[in-house]
Amino acid sequence: MGLRVLAAMSGGVDSATAAARAVDAGHEVTGVHLALSQNPQSYRTGARGCCTLEDARDARRAADVIGIPFYVWDMAERFKRDVVDDFVAEYAAGRTPNPCLRCNEKIKFAAVLDRAVALGFDAVCTGHYARIDENGALNRAADAAKDQSYVLAVLTREQIARAVFPLGDTAKAEVREEARQRGLLVADKPDSHDVCFIADGDTRGFLTSQLGAAPGQIVDQDGTVLGEHDGAYAFTVGQRKGLRVDRPAMDGRPRYVLGIEPVTRTVTVGPASGLEVRDITAIRPVWTGCPPPREPIECEVQLRAHGEVYPCVARQEGETLLISLRGAARAVATGQAAVLYRGETVLGSGTISATA
Amino acid sequence: MQPVAALAEVAHEFGVPFHTDAVQAAAQLPVDFAASGADALTITGHKLGGPVGAGALILGRGLSPVPVLHGGGQERDIRSGTLDAPAIRAFAVAAVISARRRAEEAGRLAALRDDLVRQVLAAVPDAVLNGPPPGPGRLPGNAHFSFPGCEGDALLLLLDARGIACSTGSACTAGVAEPSHVLLAMGADEARARGSLRFSLGHTTTQSDVDTLGAVIGEAVSRARRAAAG
Repeated sequence: MGLRVLAAMSGGVDSATAAARAVDAGHEVTGVHLALSQNPQSYRTGARGCCTLEDARDARRAADVIGIPFYVWDMAERFKRDVVDDFVAEYAAGRTPNPCLRCNEKIKFAAVLDRAVALGFDAVCTGHYARIDENGALNRAADAAKDQSYVLAVLTREQIARAVFPLGDTAKAEVREEARQRGLLVADKPDSHDVCFIADGDTRGFLTSQLGAAPGQIVDQDGTVLGEHDGAYAFTVGQRKGLRVDRPAMDGRPRYVLGIEPVTRTVTVGPASGLEVRDITAIRPVWTGCPPPREPIECEVQLRAHGEVYPCVARQEGETLLISLRGAARAVATGQAAVLYRGETVLGSGTISATA
Repeated sequence: MQPVAALAEVAHEFGVPFHTDAVQAAAQLPVDFAASGADALTITGHKLGGPVGAGALILGRGLSPVPVLHGGGQERDIRSGTLDAPAIRAFAVAAVISARRRAEEAGRLAALRDDLVRQVLAAVPDAVLNGPPPGPGRLPGNAHFSFPGCEGDALLLLLDARGIACSTGSACTAGVAEPSHVLLAMGADEARARGSLRFSLGHTTTQSDVDTLGAVIGEAVSRARRAAAG
């Protein structure tokens, strides 16, 4: 029996094809484009897949081709508060946030889902590449290169239970071909990569416009001042380029950002060896692939989108998730999600608050 | 309804030419260009049962407005370009039929509209009818409500699913429903303006349409209220 499904349609090929598949699966589908920008631009610039008026029109045309009702929901205020402001605040606090993950957690599978359920829908369908198994757990997509389970791993079991991901079994190239056969004009639309609310892709420039100049010092591990910067928020742990340190290191090897101290605005740089991390503390743990474990569990952890996977032992202490890596990871930024996997299955996640 | 003749008089007192948009009025009210005192008046075919795309600007002599289209100088140099004769002919036929039936149709629409207002207020006692009460001050085919605690676009989606087409007013270019600037200008706050819907009745509207709305509006409003509270 079909569900009443609300399909979030960005105007891109994935969400359009996902909506069409939801119809084929027998669901009663209604398309909704989320207006997320308070001052939308008319046309796409660069590799972005949403948020312009052109994207809203693409979504509307796709809904028309599929033959489903279509509406635009204004989520700009919620998006600014829960995603954009959070993004800026996280950088200001010396962390490196992932806004896509926050958008899934707070907008698509919270504000939109809640409104959909209140209006009588059973589920929200998106074009994310991830699978939900028969146990209600999130799994990696069949197309490993497109897998988006990482940015969905913050969802709770209740949120996952109301999610429909029709593309999880399919490779992106096949989705494009299918979109073409369905007559969806967005079949050849480029993939989106950048942060959707930073039109020109210049994250540093955007943060400067939001946070203003906040100069501080760049120091080495001994505290020796190597240079100055205009804002610690422009740096991410592991960053090598753009340090603006004119004095070479003693050993002539490249320097990396090792740490960011937001209160004194001090950016610490040093050799690659200083980036090695073996222990990770994460807050706000969510368990969706297994019950909250009472004992330490053997699993794997992914520390950034499309990042490497490390064998580890994870345990929960109070409201904190403690992760010990079997080997060393490099350049782990606080603010990113630590997502625990067992094979293809997401066990749970937390937000990285400290590393050692 | 606006006191067009009185407004025209005020404009003329200050030497300002007066134009009135009679697009909504033409099918339902007596529209008399000469008696209105206006210097220019607009009507359109699609509000009379004719095709979209043909309308008329009735322009007093001695006025020379700035043309929007330039070229061959057709239509007194105001609207250059080849005329869409079939659409104009259809507009004319619709105008003749509409004028012949106007009084009778206005009475029918007013009765249906009065019943619609009664049914909506019975189902949603705290709904507010915007504008003057049904009667001579109000366009017969118009009912416009604010539903406290609702977002108009949620209500629109729910009614749409039941086959009822209505309007929240204006939308921005992205398609986001925006609070009606008219309601805001009339003193409504933003929440009330956002929770408003317009129901328009026309020559195809039947008693059964009104009854359908009456049957579903109560449940739709409760649902939209839950969605807004969430």
